[in-house]
Amino acid sequence: MATTSTTVPSAGPLAGSRSLLSRLRDGDEIARLITFLFAASVVLITVMLVYELWQGSALARHRFGLSFLRNSVWDPVFDQFGALPFIYGTVVTSAVALLIAVPLGIGAAIFLAELAPLRLSDTLEFFIDLLAAVPSVIYGLLGIFIIVPLMRQVVQPQLKRFLGFLLLFRGPAFGLGFLTAGVVLAIMIIPYIISVSREILLSVPRDQREAALALGSTRWESTWKVVVPFARTGIIGSIFLALARALGETMAVTMVIGNTPIISSSLLSPGDSIASVIASQFKEATGELYTQSLILLGLVLFLLTFILNGLARVMIVVTSQRGSGMAHP
Amino acid sequence: MKRIVGIVLVGLGLASFLLARATLSITGAGATFPYPMYSKWFDEYHKKNPSLEINYQSIGSGGGIKQITEGTVDFGASDGPMTDEQLKTYQDKHGFGILHFPTVLGAVVPTYNIPGVTASLNFTPEALAGIYLGKVTKWNDPLITSVNPGVNLPADDIIVVHRAESSGTTYVWTDFLSKVSEEWKTKVGKSTAVKWPVGLGGQGNEGVTGTVKNTPDAIGYVELIYAESNKIPYGNVKNAAGVFVKASLAGVTAAAAGAAKAMPDDFRVSITNAPGKDAYPISSFTWLLIPSKISDSAKRDAIKGFVSWMLADGQNYAEALSYARLPKEVVAKEKQALTNIQ
Repeated sequence: MATTSTTVPSAGPLAGSRSLLSRLRDGDEIARLITFLFAASVVLITVMLVYELWQGSALARHRFGLSFLRNSVWDPVFDQFGALPFIYGTVVTSAVALLIAVPLGIGAAIFLAELAPLRLSDTLEFFIDLLAAVPSVIYGLLGIFIIVPLMRQVVQPQLKRFLGFLLLFRGPAFGLGFLTAGVVLAIMIIPYIISVSREILLSVPRDQREAALALGSTRWESTWKVVVPFARTGIIGSIFLALARALGETMAVTMVIGNTPIISSSLLSPGDSIASVIASQFKEATGELYTQSLILLGLVLFLLTFILNGLARVMIVVTSQRGSGMAHP
Repeated sequence: MKRIVGIVLVGLGLASFLLARATLSITGAGATFPYPMYSKWFDEYHKKNPSLEINYQSIGSGGGIKQITEGTVDFGASDGPMTDEQLKTYQDKHGFGILHFPTVLGAVVPTYNIPGVTASLNFTPEALAGIYLGKVTKWNDPLITSVNPGVNLPADDIIVVHRAESSGTTYVWTDFLSKVSEEWKTKVGKSTAVKWPVGLGGQGNEGVTGTVKNTPDAIGYVELIYAESNKIPYGNVKNAAGVFVKASLAGVTAAAAGAAKAMPDDFRVSITNAPGKDAYPISSFTWLLIPSKISDSAKRDAIKGFVSWMLADGQNYAEALSYARLPKEVVAKEKQALTNIQ
């Protein structure tokens, strides 16, 4: 926004001396005004969104206050509402998704950018972009029909058998639950990580690679020790883009998470996430407090995303300083 | 050439404007469960009365109550009757009340998936409440085996499935459980969404069915219409007279007839666990919510006209769409109540 509004007036030294009328006639001022309005609307929408969520949840905020975040009971009959199980579910499923998607996504991006022949890389990129554009309900169906049975019959029994001593893999294997939701989310966000990371890796200047190779490093060494660190900022950016999608994902999650607001250390347990509960309960929610609590959950999700995005910014700044320090010693 | 196009366009615009003014448009919103029935009715009624168009948005019962209370629609529709509190809110806001008109009936059935069991299982209300409270946890629990002689039930854990989102189906199911189990009533209660003591949530009828189908030893509940049209096996439930009844349209109407004698004047009645030996116990009305005072006389006449048609000819469309028709006693009573709309 700031760039749009400042670049136009500083277009040339003549700008200051020309009359407003002539500038209007040339269209500079008009273009400036219109583009400024477009840019301002982004801020306006954000402000309005927060305002609406804040206003719409007034009753619930007064009733529960901050205990809304701590309370783990969600009981529409007795008007008891707490967000903790949903926050937990959102964070856990997103974490599982990142744990799976980040190594796979970055690995694939490195292959596509550095090792694969250009034609193969471009062809695969086409498919990856296609995957990124698939509507999430399709991933939900994929989850229900393929991943859930696979989880229940194969993956979860094996996890229980070999890793059952961990608290993470206990309880009955329903097929639905945190782990399954995390896996479906991982499948959904991998294309984002690959696509963005590949572009970033491809944009690393050629002389960086050549310098490393000239110093006698192998192809892998030049990739891993020079190219990837150089591109680190962008790669982290792609991860956070993926995280944002995972946090807010609604349809695919609600179809496979089991929709039960409980906090369990076991990833095999059914759970629920913020976006999922809003989508499934808002439509038929009766009673002021009930609807308002759902809106308040929306506000919580907004804040959660806001905080994580803020962290992402901080991390990008920190690593870009370190990254550039390494790249240009 | 351009001018001719312009004139034609203006003419078309005028014509459509006049036509639009000639038709009266009525809007309603609410329950999703009777939506197929309502859209059929509104369509048929429009064919008979081309000047009247009824638009219905199936946004859910809660939404229907909300919208009629805010006055943004001409009528609402709900699978559960409005509570006293909701009625009072409406009265305070508008200065007149809201009337309930039952339209058709539906039922909810228990569906299950037990490997090796093909027989139609019998369920007592105690067994269903126990299963959903998490107290009956094995399929070979005496509460289940005692009423299913000759069926070899496994010693496996029961996996309970319920609706994830709030829905009228859940309202009927929990209303029934509240009536037959004191513990359910005090611990869980009845609502379109509750705090489930146990189980997994499936999204919609299809989500519950899908989860039950894919999960061995699972039990769930779905609308009768849905079970019928998708050929899903479902169990018999013991009614208040002590008879195990398999859900059917006739059984649902029988439940309504049993309750009709004690029908209150405002039609806000629950017919779960209804008396009568043919009555299927997990049945429910679905209602239209109509303001008792409609100041626009054209709209008032149109709504009244539609409701009286729905009560007479409209009922004949119900069975083809797997909805149970209203018993005669209820129809007569509703016709009388129609005069209360002013």
